[in-house]
Amino acid sequence: MDERLTGALALLAGYTAPHVQLSAVALALGVTASLPLAVAASRRPRLRAVVLAVASLVQTIPGLALLALFYPLMLALSALTARLFGFGVPALGFLPTVLALTVYSMLPILRNGVAAMLGVDRACLEAADGVGMTARQKLFRVELPLAAPVIMAGIRTAAVWTIGMATLSTTVGQASLGNFIFSGLQTENWISVLVGCAAAVILALVVDRLLGLIEAAAVRRDVRRMAIGLGALVAGTAAAFAPLVSSPGETYVIGAKNFSEQFVLAELMAMRMEAAGVNVARKPGLGSAVIFRALAAGDIDVYVDYSGTLWTNVLERRDTPPRDVMLDELTRAMRDRYGVTVVGALGFENAYALAMRRDRAAGIATIVDLAPVAPRLTLGSDLEFLSRPESAALKQAYGLAFAQEKSFNPTFMYRAIADGSVDVISAFSSDGRIAGDDLVVLADVKHAIPAYDAVILISPRRRDDAVLRQALAPLIGAIPVERMRQTNFMVDRDTGKTSVEEAARFLASGIGASRIAPADRR
Amino acid sequence: MESCGMASDPLIELIKVSKSHDRGRSRALDGVSLRIEAGSFVALVGTSGAGKTTALKTINRLIEPDRGEVRFDGAAVADLDAPALRRRIGYVFQEVGLFPHMTIGENIAITPQLLGWPKPDIAARIAELLDLVELPQGFASRSPHALSGGQRQRAAVARALAARPRVMLMDEPFGALDPVTRDALGSAYRALHERLAMTTIMVTHDVQEAVLLADRIVVMSMGRIVADDTPGALLAGSDSAEAAQLMAMPRRQAERVQALLDATGRPPAHG
Repeated sequence: MDERLTGALALLAGYTAPHVQLSAVALALGVTASLPLAVAASRRPRLRAVVLAVASLVQTIPGLALLALFYPLMLALSALTARLFGFGVPALGFLPTVLALTVYSMLPILRNGVAAMLGVDRACLEAADGVGMTARQKLFRVELPLAAPVIMAGIRTAAVWTIGMATLSTTVGQASLGNFIFSGLQTENWISVLVGCAAAVILALVVDRLLGLIEAAAVRRDVRRMAIGLGALVAGTAAAFAPLVSSPGETYVIGAKNFSEQFVLAELMAMRMEAAGVNVARKPGLGSAVIFRALAAGDIDVYVDYSGTLWTNVLERRDTPPRDVMLDELTRAMRDRYGVTVVGALGFENAYALAMRRDRAAGIATIVDLAPVAPRLTLGSDLEFLSRPESAALKQAYGLAFAQEKSFNPTFMYRAIADGSVDVISAFSSDGRIAGDDLVVLADVKHAIPAYDAVILISPRRRDDAVLRQALAPLIGAIPVERMRQTNFMVDRDTGKTSVEEAARFLASGIGASRIAPADRR
Repeated sequence: MESCGMASDPLIELIKVSKSHDRGRSRALDGVSLRIEAGSFVALVGTSGAGKTTALKTINRLIEPDRGEVRFDGAAVADLDAPALRRRIGYVFQEVGLFPHMTIGENIAITPQLLGWPKPDIAARIAELLDLVELPQGFASRSPHALSGGQRQRAAVARALAARPRVMLMDEPFGALDPVTRDALGSAYRALHERLAMTTIMVTHDVQEAVLLADRIVVMSMGRIVADDTPGALLAGSDSAEAAQLMAMPRRQAERVQALLDATGRPPAHG
């Protein structure tokens, strides 16, 4: 069997369990909230109009955007509970995902619920009154049983949607089958993507069939089949929740953004901490806007960011001081403003840099050379570059204006420059594909872009954590840019690529055997 | 129970009852007063929109009047709990309204169940009622879908009679059935009415049905009662133009039938 397939299958149970947990909780909440609302809305035309309009509106928001919107909402909620009860609810991970999924699951249940209630035969309602039922008896003995098949169809739709959308939870730090898809997309491990998709589809189909079985059995009042369907659903859900019961105590959460270098560095830190004997949870694939706030809020304990990114995006500074000055000032500001500890720089920079294919860059060595020809060229960027201050700073400093600007997932951005569909890309200076794809980096002679030293950040609550400090200290200043590029290319190259774990081991081996040996660490 | 001495104390009474629909734009009932004695079979007739159904439904509070009072068995119905009141009154209507997710037996058992009857009593009552409405015992476990229109309305009558009400309200009960089935069900119900000593109020737009079944016909027009008498007296003539027009129909039919029978020279069937 293919090594990548065995690797993916080994993770299957670990990702399926939280996926089922998420979907089950969200669906249960969705049904609980939607049914009474549907009944109330079926009685009051005005409420009905409002409820259905709001639910439809929510549905038009793309799933990823809904999750992203829930994050600041959860941050505010977290701040509120921290003030009121002394502890902040986690703003990242399970809770926001479940809430977003719940909201998303409500529309089909609401819409079908209202239609079902309105569709109940009027003669049956008149008969229910005529025989002397109270409003409550009428609801439970006549209206709901008659509306049940249509309501159930709505619940089945909601279940399929919820299971599908739960894959997006990866982006806000909640593990699910989406981890296969997002990490596979990043490292171009299509087998991982396929395993993630297939598992989500199979899960959705199985749940749909079971709900269908229960529905059919309910109509025919076949108690045995109903028990089989319900039993299977309950057993599956219980199995997914089982790991929670025996969950170990203290866990360190390691975050990573959504590209290969981050995956490898997170894995490297995880390996070192696991070797130190502590439990580690990985939250890869976080958006770069979300990840710092998650750290400051304590939802993750440690991750690697880049000095220039924090400088411009978090501190909102527009000046570009020399590398060392910036690092010192950043360390002080992080501690004073956010209580976040900058442990130190790893030793390499991952700067935004404009790059071109060597064969197209004839006569263009610096961004100054690029400016006059830029109006005839197309810029390819990653998903965030164009909206970041660095991009504005570059354009302003050099008077850059491109004919066209296109955003890509980083993987596809490199594909686009390789096949010539874009002329210039916003590359990353530590990226292995710069050498691999024979790209030239255009010099930023005016220093429009700040330095991007990779730095380890620790959350406020782990500030004085000796285990964490000891495990991570040997990494400081230990990774030169050539080594990082080489490691990144192991994961990113098209043929003969290695797993993130292997790449992390390769990186660790360069740091020095004595430093990582268990005997030394105690 | 002790009688208070007034022999003609009505079981049901409407006192100056008014009701308008669509926020007063159309008047369904315009000061209707009506006294119905225990044991009588009253037909409410009139053209559509005359207010017959509205008047009927004020009795079991499916419709609440705007003004006036409805009394049942010595109490104002407005003071009674509506579900409790309805459990004491049988109600059968044109659309039947058997619950499709229940068997015929379960449908019949509804009101006794709501009243908390013991299970064995309910089972015995279902069997008794199926006999009463002339349906086979095996129908108890059937779904309403499996029955014909006439059979369904028989089951609906059984359901309405289940908790032994003294009063039966019927709103065009046989209106959706073919003439033969309709006639059979009508006479079967009239026999039940006698046997169970019911008080029956039946809304119908079919004057012939009213003449055949009722002891008393109340003619309504534009939300008022325009005539109220025995079928015989109304056939003989009425002060009300509407009533006279309505009653002219069965009379013309009868005259034509008589003329045809005379022409063939055979004596009429009932001498």
